[in-house]
Amino acid sequence: MKKWLVSALVPSLLMAACGGNGGDGGEEAGGEGPEEAEVIGEEAEDATELTLWLFGEQHLGVFEPAVERWNENNPDNQVTLNAEVYPFDQMHNNLRLALQSGEGAPDIADVEISEFGPFMQGEPQFESMNEYVEPILDDVVEERFEIYAKDGEYYGTPYHIGSTVVYYNTEIMDEAGVDIDSIETWEDYVEAGEQVVENTDSVMTTVETADQINFWGLISQQGSDYFDENGDVILDNETNVSTLQFLSDLVNEYEIADTTPGGEHHAEEYYGFMNDGGAASVVMPMWYMGRFVDYMPDLKGKMEIRPLPLWEEGGNRTAGMGGTGTVVTNQAEDPELAKEFMAEAKLSEEANIDLWTELGFDPPMHTVWGDEEMKESNQYFDYFDDEIFDMLLELNDEVEALNITPNVSDVSEQVGTNVLNGAIRQNEDPQQVLEQAADDVRNSMSD
Amino acid sequence: MEGSTSTNTNTPPKRVRSSIWSRFLTSKKIAPYVFVMPFIISFLALFFYPMIQAFNMSFQQVLPGQVTYVGLSNYERLLNPTFYRALTNTSVYVVFTVVILVVFPALFAVFLNSRIVKFRNFFKAALFVPALTSVIVAGVIFRMIFGETEAAVANEIIGFFGIAPIDWQYGSISGMFLMVILCCWRWMGVNILYFLAGLQNVPHELYEAADIDGASAFQKLLYVTIPSLKPVIIFVSTISIINGFRMFEESYVFWEGSSPGNIGLTVVGYIYREGVSQNDLGFGAAIGVVLMLVIFIISVLQLKFVGAFKED
Repeated sequence: MKKWLVSALVPSLLMAACGGNGGDGGEEAGGEGPEEAEVIGEEAEDATELTLWLFGEQHLGVFEPAVERWNENNPDNQVTLNAEVYPFDQMHNNLRLALQSGEGAPDIADVEISEFGPFMQGEPQFESMNEYVEPILDDVVEERFEIYAKDGEYYGTPYHIGSTVVYYNTEIMDEAGVDIDSIETWEDYVEAGEQVVENTDSVMTTVETADQINFWGLISQQGSDYFDENGDVILDNETNVSTLQFLSDLVNEYEIADTTPGGEHHAEEYYGFMNDGGAASVVMPMWYMGRFVDYMPDLKGKMEIRPLPLWEEGGNRTAGMGGTGTVVTNQAEDPELAKEFMAEAKLSEEANIDLWTELGFDPPMHTVWGDEEMKESNQYFDYFDDEIFDMLLELNDEVEALNITPNVSDVSEQVGTNVLNGAIRQNEDPQQVLEQAADDVRNSMSD
Repeated sequence: MEGSTSTNTNTPPKRVRSSIWSRFLTSKKIAPYVFVMPFIISFLALFFYPMIQAFNMSFQQVLPGQVTYVGLSNYERLLNPTFYRALTNTSVYVVFTVVILVVFPALFAVFLNSRIVKFRNFFKAALFVPALTSVIVAGVIFRMIFGETEAAVANEIIGFFGIAPIDWQYGSISGMFLMVILCCWRWMGVNILYFLAGLQNVPHELYEAADIDGASAFQKLLYVTIPSLKPVIIFVSTISIINGFRMFEESYVFWEGSSPGNIGLTVVGYIYREGVSQNDLGFGAAIGVVLMLVIFIISVLQLKFVGAFKED
């Protein structure tokens, strides 16, 4: 019956959506099979097949060595991993519908943080990972596991901490005559920005108007969030209003920042702009390193990473942002095997080292940060400098947890459409904009 | 036919069966139903059943393993500014596309049908080609043409006339303009074809009679051509209204899921966002039901207004 319910609505919903097969700009609406499919561990004999859904092939980097390790250590219990990569929206939609209808879901899947909330509604259709997560909680940045937990059950395993940092283009900063180590507070940052605008053709930074990472990161740095721990909306609290005011001021009052070309730091317009030295710095999480390496080759050797400037003495100098939780679904054929395999692929020490060496992520398990293997040179060290992990170790305790509720995606939607656009582009009053958005979210929750 | 093939097999029981079969097929009473059956079955299974289920679902909260009836609460939640915004955007879009996609194709068709115009076949083909491209592909190009930088084609062109560059994809008026122009560019050629076909059917005698009465070219257009094209106009405007209300891709290609200030949010986009992306199938279904009612009411009103129900 449930299956029918879904199949009832889906055709009418998707009929409009299935217009074409995606252009080259990353757009996708409908479409059939995966963009890419890879079978890992094909040579294993009598292997159990596990299916894995991803929305980016980059993440495969940790699963390939994991299958190898697993099959070496478990000769009697081999696995073959069928990894399927789908476009972002399509993967999440397919997973939601498969879980809803009780059929067709993979054994293991990636769920992005802003999509995770709706999956926690009602009874989560994921397997609890507690037996593997609890023993290592002391060795990891626990806050990043709590994002993917509900009622004490840990469902998702993170890929990274996503420590938010500032990437400075030292060439421009030098030209402006600013020593980046002298920037300790946001006031210093604004002053430095004024020098940059005065002495160079670049702006100090860019502010996203279509994506929440900048805004969410800066409020999380101050211990604020969209929701409090009881799940009530605090989007319009004082900290958030003043932070939004600050972002708007960077653009409209101090005039040291531009709105991000393309609206977000993942837009192609932005990559080109930044690569040409359009801005002297950008505030993004550690995992953004990969975008520099892949899309902004001309900045190689020029970029340096520093913690976020402080809002007040003794405050946090970073915030955990973005992320993806890998889950085992309740449709897994052999849930115990799937869970154990995922623990090998995501929670082991080797896996955490791979997260850095293969993906360039700051791994959630802080006990490996000092490891010798982490110091071996790789493309990320080549592009940036070698002291990344010394800096991260200092920031270890300064990551706040995020309160992920089923309605986080409603807030993300509001922030990406009305809030940032209103306050920063249209120069509307941040307080009003946030109150309006918060009320809208509260209304949609009131059922 | 059926009988003659079965006589070759020479097995009596089969002949009896096949003759029943052939009688069944050739029966005047039954055959028509047999022929429409594929449509009826696919309609019932793929449209009617889902429609009933969607209606049912609009009173539910649908979560994995927990489907509960929540009465009218989904409909109550519809009374929010975002839905009004979606409905306004869609309505404005429908009005513009219907007006543009009826008036211009009709005029172009008249021109293309006239013997005075040269290179008629070339123009016909050129105007029709956009209909063959996918909205997604066209959208990518349009997004680049209407980029926010000064170097984007559209901004270069208006700069030529001394107008400052426009952030096309961020303003509500320019955003609507982008969606309307993409749609009109794509559908212009198809509608021209409809009107051209309609023009072929206008009896030549009517023009001769008008000439004898001394009608000017404009009068002929007004009193002969347009009334004769009425069925085509009704058809084209009805299709445009329905397609306009169902619009999704034209918005999706410019802004994907979310546009600044929801300037590109359409009702179907809202269904997609709430029903699929936010995992709220019940609410999505409620939006769908309302949209269906809106389309139904407007189509009936429009058909009544143009007199399509009257018997000529």
